[in-house]
Amino acid sequence: MECQECHKNHAIVHFAQVINGDKTEIHVCQQCAKEKGYVSPDEDAYSLHHLLSGLFNPNSEAMQKLTEQEKEQQEIQCDKCGMTYQEFASIGKFGCASCYQTFSEHLNPLFRKVHSGNTIHEGKVPKRVGSDISQRKKVRELKVKLQQAIADEAFEDAAKIRDQIKGLEKNLNQHGGEGEV
Amino acid sequence: MSSEQFMNEAVSPWLKEDGPDSDIIMSSRIRLARNFEQSPFPLFAEEAILDSILYFMEKEYNHQSFLHYKELEFVRMSELKPMEKQVLVEKHLISPHLADKSNKGAALISKNEQVSIMVNEEDHIRTQLYFPGFQLDKALEEAFLLDDWLEEKIDYAFDETRGYLTSCPTNVGTGLRASVMMHLPALVITRKMNRMIPAINQLGLVVRGIYGEGSEALGNIFQISNQITLGRSEPDIIEDLKGVVEKLIEHERHARNLLMEQSGIELEDRVFRSYGLLKYSRIVESKETAKCLSDVRLGIDLGFIKDISKSILNELVVLTQPAFLQQYAKKMLTPNERDVFRASLIRERFTLEQREEF
Ligand SMILES: [Zn+2]
Ligand SMILES: [Zn+2]
Repeated sequence: MECQECHKNHAIVHFAQVINGDKTEIHVCQQCAKEKGYVSPDEDAYSLHHLLSGLFNPNSEAMQKLTEQEKEQQEIQCDKCGMTYQEFASIGKFGCASCYQTFSEHLNPLFRKVHSGNTIHEGKVPKRVGSDISQRKKVRELKVKLQQAIADEAFEDAAKIRDQIKGLEKNLNQHGGEGEV
Repeated sequence: MSSEQFMNEAVSPWLKEDGPDSDIIMSSRIRLARNFEQSPFPLFAEEAILDSILYFMEKEYNHQSFLHYKELEFVRMSELKPMEKQVLVEKHLISPHLADKSNKGAALISKNEQVSIMVNEEDHIRTQLYFPGFQLDKALEEAFLLDDWLEEKIDYAFDETRGYLTSCPTNVGTGLRASVMMHLPALVITRKMNRMIPAINQLGLVVRGIYGEGSEALGNIFQISNQITLGRSEPDIIEDLKGVVEKLIEHERHARNLLMEQSGIELEDRVFRSYGLLKYSRIVESKETAKCLSDVRLGIDLGFIKDISKSILNELVVLTQPAFLQQYAKKMLTPNERDVFRASLIRERFTLEQREEF
């Protein structure tokens, strides 16, 4: 397979990108993969640079075209590490864990692009901080079930579910868990 | 040191073991990316902070053992010579980034070289586990145990919604990169691989030729790994990957059978030409080496060659990389000299094989 960038070398890095719901196949040679920012040279997968450059173009001409709202977005800054959204968008890396909170409301479109439409973590939870998290998750699930049971007029089930929720919430409050669910 | 001893020590012990489906799957790998909650990520942290992380990791984990991963050894990048770092890169124990860019980097490497925990790479902690053959489930299970063990003493950067927080948005969520290294000569010879790659990509997996210095997948060795880390659980990610890998194994076996039926003698010829070339040449470049090693390995799997151990492909693709050759030669080598030393190392490795028979 030919490299789609230089049309000279064999493509050896292959993956699909999802942009606005459309899947685009990328087949590039090692060299182009590095040069065009499809992969960071070390990572086994691919880097974000390419996706981000489409998301936000940091050159000044493009800056002038930004709306007030977009300009505000570029200036959001992380309290903890000092990184601005603009820096994040041009580098493609977060500065610290707090950046995730700071830029939170702008991250969903990016995560959707990179992770095939997903924005919320499923999977492992750290053991020590995690027990509360998994209990809160359980409470959320039970609340959905409770609504369903009420809608189905299955009141006996609903009462049982309500007791379960109460039990879990009591537990969480005792832990000093936030109890907001 | 004799060359026999050199070669023995150069190859990671687990690489010589046989695993499930090891006629096609060379190795399985799990990598988990994690960070300390309170410190900026390594690319943006001050040196003092990175130093304190190094200090902590060394104090808590150096010389510790966990499961059958004995005697984790803490190796600081700043204390290694460039060539020593390069050797670790060629063994896939550390990344090129850790070797070249982070002078505050370190790695905790288990004695059997199955586990390597990189410290202050792009993320504070990147735990990698290798298993021979097709063993993703086992690898994930032990990676989780190892992760829990580390977490006893570390507050990980974790968010209820986003999961494990990583430097790069491509790793957030599970921080998991699962991959298998596959030897797919028959799919390449029959030109089926190129057609299968787009289909694999559509399933959210990345296919990558490795060991290519330039532009080709050398030795018909491909790495298949997950692209998505957010929104799918680790076992689901592994299941997706396994499903595709199982299909590829099936197709590769089918293509091998077809080749045997339709052009057995041509295939046998190809295998023995490559065998002869490796055994007798005096100058051999890396690309030709990889091609011939792939042929020889295929020849072993198909029963044409009986007196050579299967791990020879796995071993020699590592041993014939530039830094290993220079270690073997005990000096810096020009590319031409490398080709000479490469040929000599391969010949010696084959001689070793024949001696083991008696
Ligand atoms: Zn190219
Ligand atoms: Zn930050």
